[in-house]
Amino acid sequence: MREDTDIGGRLSRFPTTRRSAVLAAGSEDHAEKERAFELLVATYWKPVYKYLRLKWRADNEQGKDLTQSFFARAFEKDFLRSYEPRKGSFRNFLRVCLDGHVANERKAARRQKRDPGAPLLPLDFAAADGELVGQGLPAGQSLEDYFHAEAVRSLFALSVEALRAECASRGKELAFHFFERYDLDPGPSGEPSYAELAADHGLSAAEVTSQLAYARRTFRRIVLDRLRAVTGSDREFREEARAILGRGIL
Amino acid sequence: MKTDPTAERWTAVFLSDDAVERLRRAADRPETAGTPYTIVEELGRGGMGTVYRAVDATLDREVALKVSTLGQADPEEAERMRKEARVMARLEHPGIVPVHDAGQLPDGRVYYAMRLVRGKRLDRWAEGRTLSDRLGVFQKICEAVAFAHAHGVIHRDLKPENVMIGAFGEVLVLDWGVARRLGEPAEPQGTVLGTRAYMAPEQERGRTDLVDERTDVYALGAILAFLLEPAGPTGRVPRAIRSVASRATQREPEARYPDASAVSADIARFLDGAVPAAHRENIFERLGRFGARHRTAILLVLTYLVVRALLILFLAR
Repeated sequence: MREDTDIGGRLSRFPTTRRSAVLAAGSEDHAEKERAFELLVATYWKPVYKYLRLKWRADNEQGKDLTQSFFARAFEKDFLRSYEPRKGSFRNFLRVCLDGHVANERKAARRQKRDPGAPLLPLDFAAADGELVGQGLPAGQSLEDYFHAEAVRSLFALSVEALRAECASRGKELAFHFFERYDLDPGPSGEPSYAELAADHGLSAAEVTSQLAYARRTFRRIVLDRLRAVTGSDREFREEARAILGRGIL
Repeated sequence: MKTDPTAERWTAVFLSDDAVERLRRAADRPETAGTPYTIVEELGRGGMGTVYRAVDATLDREVALKVSTLGQADPEEAERMRKEARVMARLEHPGIVPVHDAGQLPDGRVYYAMRLVRGKRLDRWAEGRTLSDRLGVFQKICEAVAFAHAHGVIHRDLKPENVMIGAFGEVLVLDWGVARRLGEPAEPQGTVLGTRAYMAPEQERGRTDLVDERTDVYALGAILAFLLEPAGPTGRVPRAIRSVASRATQREPEARYPDASAVSADIARFLDGAVPAAHRENIFERLGRFGARHRTAILLVLTYLVVRALLILFLAR
């Protein structure tokens, strides 16, 4: 496991919420719209970039430019407003919009001309490229499934960070530590037993159980809250949640 | 969109496929603190929840623990799970798994504990069995469903995967998650619940107003057809039993058996050597059945006639 993603905005600006950022992205309230966009960009920029590299065979520079221009245009032109939940998932809508964006860009045979004064999103493309080198498109997986799997990877990664922050703010660092050692990254020797974790910290196994239960419960809540925010309808949220938590997707 | 590159930045870890899978399991693992249950292993997953093998520390026994997937995040799912537990608890029958306990876990998910059935699913059990064994099991399935029908409950998702054959030959009908009590308001038109391969036409069309006992009869007929193919070691399936499957799976509900007990009765007729009500015998079948039913008497008469003929021939010399 390594750190690899930098993106603009502070974690504290993404409160766990039951409101859909997909809907808020079309808000007349500029501040609300901006917050919603940041959450959507945080979740989807990596899947978008990797998808562009794989499906459209974009090189590094094209991929960066298309990712930036796609989100910039989505914000400026408000095309997320045209999303209709009854027609399918937001994730698929986003992917179709992305395909349309690339086709338009290539048809015009020119790169998207952005306002030179407009700031670019501080996305860590080098890290995403590093992931692509070791990853690529698994044999037998469609690009649609790949995009979905990357969106879930991104959701979980952001949720781990949110869990870390929440544990720190509540004095529950030990709970996150146990979660990290047992569930997130047990290392090559595998998961330690609860008794081993307890012995390392002079605690009882019951206390380790309790701390882990807290961390898992909180992680679950964060994942569901964030998922609700990046899906377009209650139905889509429930279906995605069942697919992600109930059956596994990778 | 304005974002300030100088603002505090936050980082997210890269997660490998293994890490994502571990996190998914961690987030999905039921929190059983405060309950008498300790999860041992996952047994299976369905659309609504996951079933685990668990130990009940209070009674020192193993149970099957069904836990909803979303819990408070999906109140409808939670209510369906509670309803399933209530339906099963009311149907006290040897062919329906008994529910021991139900409640809510600390993480908000709904659960119920039931008897842990050790055995094989019908679709895996059927291979290599004789027709007689298969029909015996099918009749027990019909009896369990008939009991539910008599108590005003329709299962709505009968299929081989939802039937378990225990180690001692007991037959249990599982997964009452989409069962409905007759008289309760039906789901909105267009709602399709169940499994397509075993779904009655009215159910497939989302005609929830037309769903009744005959909808289960259709699924029973489809299960019977499944049990008749392949035909098993003997290789031959009597037309009479195919007629039972055919009548149960008629497109129009009015043309089917009225309920599961009627299917069961027709199977019993066949097993007793009589003609199922659904079947019209031809002359050869009638003679064959007559021969099979009165084999001993026919053999005695034939023996008598042969001996008598030999005696006459002997005396005539």
